[in-house]
Amino acid sequence: MYQENKVVIHEFNFYYDSVQALKDIELNIRPNEIFAIFGPARSGKTTLLKSLNRLTDLIFGARHTGTIFLDGKDIYDPKLGHTQLRRRVGIVFDLPTPLPMSIFENVAYGPKLSGKNRKYLNGIVEKALRSAALWEEVKDRLQTSALRLSGGQQQRLCIARVVALEPEVLLLDEPCSGLDPISTTSIEETLVQLKKEYTIVLVPHNIQQASRVADRAGFFLNGELIEEGPVYQIFAKPRKKQTEDYITGRFG
Amino acid sequence: MKLEIKEKFIEKTLLLIAFSSILILALIASFIFGEGLPFIWKIGAIDFLFGERWVPSHGEFGILPMIVGSFLVTFGALLLGIPLGLACAVFLCEWTPPQAAMVLRPAIQLLAAIPSVIYGFWGLVVLVPLVRNYLGGPGLSIFSGSVILGFMILPTIISISEDSLRALPPSYKAGGLALGATHWQTIWRVLVPAAKSGIVASVILGMGRAIGETMAMIMILGNAVKMPSSFLDSARTLTTNIGIEMGYASGDHRQALFATGVILFFIIMILNSSAIVLSRRRGS
Amino acid sequence: MRSNRLRFYTQSLAKILIWIAALSTIAVMILILFQILAEGLPILRLSFFLESPKSMGREGGILTTIIGTIALTVVAIIVATPLGVGTAIFLREYTRESQVSRIIRFGTDCLAGVPSIIFGLFGFVFFVIFLNMGWSILSGGLTLAAMILPTIICTTEEAIKTIPYSYREVSYSLGGTKWQTVTRAILPSALPGIFTGIILSVGRSIGETAAIILTAGSSLVMPNSLFSPIRTMAVHFYILAREGISMEMAYGTGAALILLVLFINTIANWLLNRYIRHRS
Repeated sequence: MYQENKVVIHEFNFYYDSVQALKDIELNIRPNEIFAIFGPARSGKTTLLKSLNRLTDLIFGARHTGTIFLDGKDIYDPKLGHTQLRRRVGIVFDLPTPLPMSIFENVAYGPKLSGKNRKYLNGIVEKALRSAALWEEVKDRLQTSALRLSGGQQQRLCIARVVALEPEVLLLDEPCSGLDPISTTSIEETLVQLKKEYTIVLVPHNIQQASRVADRAGFFLNGELIEEGPVYQIFAKPRKKQTEDYITGRFG
Repeated sequence: MKLEIKEKFIEKTLLLIAFSSILILALIASFIFGEGLPFIWKIGAIDFLFGERWVPSHGEFGILPMIVGSFLVTFGALLLGIPLGLACAVFLCEWTPPQAAMVLRPAIQLLAAIPSVIYGFWGLVVLVPLVRNYLGGPGLSIFSGSVILGFMILPTIISISEDSLRALPPSYKAGGLALGATHWQTIWRVLVPAAKSGIVASVILGMGRAIGETMAMIMILGNAVKMPSSFLDSARTLTTNIGIEMGYASGDHRQALFATGVILFFIIMILNSSAIVLSRRRGS
Repeated sequence: MRSNRLRFYTQSLAKILIWIAALSTIAVMILILFQILAEGLPILRLSFFLESPKSMGREGGILTTIIGTIALTVVAIIVATPLGVGTAIFLREYTRESQVSRIIRFGTDCLAGVPSIIFGLFGFVFFVIFLNMGWSILSGGLTLAAMILPTIICTTEEAIKTIPYSYREVSYSLGGTKWQTVTRAILPSALPGIFTGIILSVGRSIGETAAIILTAGSSLVMPNSLFSPIRTMAVHFYILAREGISMEMAYGTGAALILLVLFINTIANWLLNRYIRHRS
């Protein structure tokens, strides 16, 4: 029985003032999969990602046409509200962005915003840090400043921060850029674990990461979705020439 | 939904709060004009602005001596303040090592924070007797006022001019020196003209501060109500006129003082607007 | 070559003149402070600060003026800080460069340039007469609040400007509303800058005289409510000097005033430096 798609992107165009960043995107994301969005720089990957949780609303001059559905409901529906949406669709950015607070306060930030009762916070924080594979390393120093963590730890903190809200979809924009190989591996392993509970949309650092971690992938070029499919197919036997050229490194 | 209403409410409240400075400005203008303009209308702007006699008890309200006093004192202050201020700005920019500059700059800010009554007091007990003994006249004079006022506006001129000089690309200086100019020639012919708009802005701001100064001037100028004829004469400015008599004025007299405030307000607004326009242009 | 020698002499002359100018400026400024401190410091015994002025200030201390200064400053800060911080938050977080923001900035810039005697006239006709508050701590404090408002707006805006955009993006992406983002992600980091602005305003309030004489009066009686008239240290200093009541007391008050202002400004500068170093 075919499962309902988690996220459906339909005839989606995006403009920054007069510049068109995304053209006629049609894409389905299935529940509990890791979907990788890859392609050269300036292809609209980050724009698409940020559209999925309406972070693009913050940008002045941003417009779109078309729809994005989450569980069948239009995410731009005013009744849904962007704060609600962002609790269900969380994002991790390419640079670690700890807030200038303690580790505990960072992870508790989201739940506190949504009004979670104080007595649950300890449990929530621990569970989130465990999911992000950071608990063992920081459990004794939760009150110390998050700024003292290493880059890899900070990035895992950002993952924990997002997971603390128990969203349904995780968006990750090159989460391992600038991190050492050990941190990268640890985060990739975390992602595979998280897949069990969440649907993940990932902009990978490179194609190798996508093939290590993702189930399906989509190739973006100049704001268009050129092709998409299962990872074993799209990297081994791409259907479109542009995809093949990019994968084989004829352009970057 | 309730959250949205709360957010909207907060946004509207902040908008209202943000207009508080405009509101205050409007209140100031309307109340001061409200008290002063009818008076100017009543006795006629020409008689008010160009009348040479200020004798409230006889109903004579000419503020020309005060306008002249303000002008002379400010002019004198600029005469002192601009060369000294520019010299210090150049000095700070070109000839002090960074460590010394780090001490000097906060020192200048500190001097800017000294209340004007302190400057006035020093002028009264030290400068005025000196002037009286060595230059003649009552000592309480436009000359003394200009000297003190010049020092009071120095921090303004120095800090803004220095900022302008520092903001110049280093290539200007390198270019000047490369063309064979001496250090001084580079400063005088390249750097200073390039920083011109910043320096002019600092002068205009200094002028604004000078014209608006009250307490120190009351203490030093001598407050004679007649038209000054030399720098050693006592005089009044628009500000000291208000400051001295407001305490006991009533009726027409009080309105006349508000009218003086109206004139002062206009002058300052023109000065400050030009400074704002100049610095905006410099910024863009 | 003669022209080369001329250039050399001009250069040396200019350099010497500038050195003289700069050093003598600094010297005169220091001289002014030293003069007053030298004559005034001996007067600053503990009793000077703890006794009220007697016989119009010829004897006793400056206690009531200290209280007056504190009262006025506190009222001004309490009123101006919410207004100033609110304005800065609005300008930085709730609006972009537009007609509205340009008008607000223009108003703030203009307000910053209004001389204190005009504030005094305004405070007198508006608070003392129109609102019938009389010469009082309230009238003086509210007038003072209007005077320090631009400073608070400016320093708060500068503080908010230094906060990285990522803090906002993170807060929004975690489901925060605008107000939640402002109060939880932005303001806490901006507090040191805001505090510095407040301290600078305190420094300015202490030295303010023209506006205060016209709005708070010059009573030497210990105040018992916000509606009591009061004399501040700066006003007391001015009256002592101008009326020639007591040079000795004047020097003492002046020295106290200078020390207070220096102290406050040094703290503000130190805070500012720590804040800047902490950020970078």
